[in-house]
Amino acid sequence: MNRARLARWWFAGTLLVSLLAMLLPLPRVLEPFKPYWPALVLLYWTLEAGDRVTLGLAFALGLGADLLDGVLLGEQALRLTALVFIALRFRSRLRFFPMWQQTLAVLALLVNDRILLLVVRAFAGESLPPLAWWISPLVGAALWPFLFLLLDDLRMRLRIQ
Amino acid sequence: MGPEASSPLFTGSVAGTLRLIFYLALAMVLMVLDHRNGWLWRVRYNAAVVVEPLYKLAGLPSAGMHALGVAFADRKLLTDQNRQLREDLLLANAKLNRMAAVAEQNQRLKELLDTRHNLTLKVQLARVVGVDLGAYRHRLMLDVGAHQGVKAGQPVIDAHGVMGQIVQVLPSTSVMMLVTDPDSAIPVVVERTGLRTVAYGSREGGQLTLPTIPRAADVKAGDHLLTPGIGGRFPPGFPVGEVASVAPAATGTFLEAHADPSADLDRSQDVLLLHDLAAPVGPPALAPEVGPADSLAPAASPVAPARATTPAAGAGR
Repeated sequence: MNRARLARWWFAGTLLVSLLAMLLPLPRVLEPFKPYWPALVLLYWTLEAGDRVTLGLAFALGLGADLLDGVLLGEQALRLTALVFIALRFRSRLRFFPMWQQTLAVLALLVNDRILLLVVRAFAGESLPPLAWWISPLVGAALWPFLFLLLDDLRMRLRIQ
Repeated sequence: MGPEASSPLFTGSVAGTLRLIFYLALAMVLMVLDHRNGWLWRVRYNAAVVVEPLYKLAGLPSAGMHALGVAFADRKLLTDQNRQLREDLLLANAKLNRMAAVAEQNQRLKELLDTRHNLTLKVQLARVVGVDLGAYRHRLMLDVGAHQGVKAGQPVIDAHGVMGQIVQVLPSTSVMMLVTDPDSAIPVVVERTGLRTVAYGSREGGQLTLPTIPRAADVKAGDHLLTPGIGGRFPPGFPVGEVASVAPAATGTFLEAHADPSADLDRSQDVLLLHDLAAPVGPPALAPEVGPADSLAPAASPVAPARATTPAAGAGR
């Protein structure tokens, strides 16, 4: 029981930390390089504990991110729901990909996420973002192996299923 | 998604798709409602109990970095900074002393003219909380909010000029929009010629755009832009920016100028909130009762007779 509770806290804690990481300011030069942390952490949990991650959870996390980040209520909820849906659909395949293929898949998912964001922003009447805006998915994908291994290692150490 | 994991082929995929459609539709409804009514901030104001500690938490690292920077700063650097600040203070004080007499005189003359502009300012110091509110949004979070008497629309300045204005207020934090935000527009007057125009934020980079300058107008690179005091938001006379370049606009009917903001938008840690909004310019307010009650009063103040002529003074200006 204790272990199950620890697992739940660990799960919620990583998601909360990902939201905080999203709020962390970076120096202006590095700003376009900031990866979309909630998506990365959520992807990790989708692959590793697919029964725990549902569309509802993704939606709720997205709403929380929207409340914090405050661009448009529902924007990140939409993006994360779509992301988790695709990841859940291909979960059984993604899990057994070698790391480099998985990284490519994550890149594709993050780029897809950016395209969704672009569509939403275009509908909201905003202008096209600069080219540097597209760097973030690349950074996110480059960080993916390290994030995956780190979270996996921590999970093993805590002996959480 | 449990059933899908056990038999990954078909079971549950229809239900999953339906659920996806449901959530996507929900998100879209939320977005449309929020875009139309902007009630995200009302929701957030109510959720502030949860949200504000998170902001504080997220702001900790940058505050810590700042503290570390101070703690480990070079002694020489600090000494230099200190000397620089002393010199600045000395200079500013000297200027102030000279200005005080002029200001006094100005005040008296203005009292004679019965204008309601005054030079005194009521300000409140605020700190910038290091929180990232989404990339490419020119907004800053401040550590004062409704509990400290902050209201939306208050101008924010730093030592060098106008930074922006408060757009959203939470109980103990608030969000300001920089003058370089694409949504921002601020009336300005060119110091050299007195030309009035509007400075908008620009979409790319931290510059101001002035897209509607008449072609015949005399605007040069290097001109200083000040707040004119029109519009009732910003008090008159604060520097806004310096014109960097002027060129014919794409439409051909106007000149378009780009200006660099005067304020240190990237580096300011401490900012000032102005409490007195500018007195609205235009026809003066209705003169208070000038009936018998005022005139029969035994010369309460020397200003009273002047006030009766306020409309004439306004028209003369």
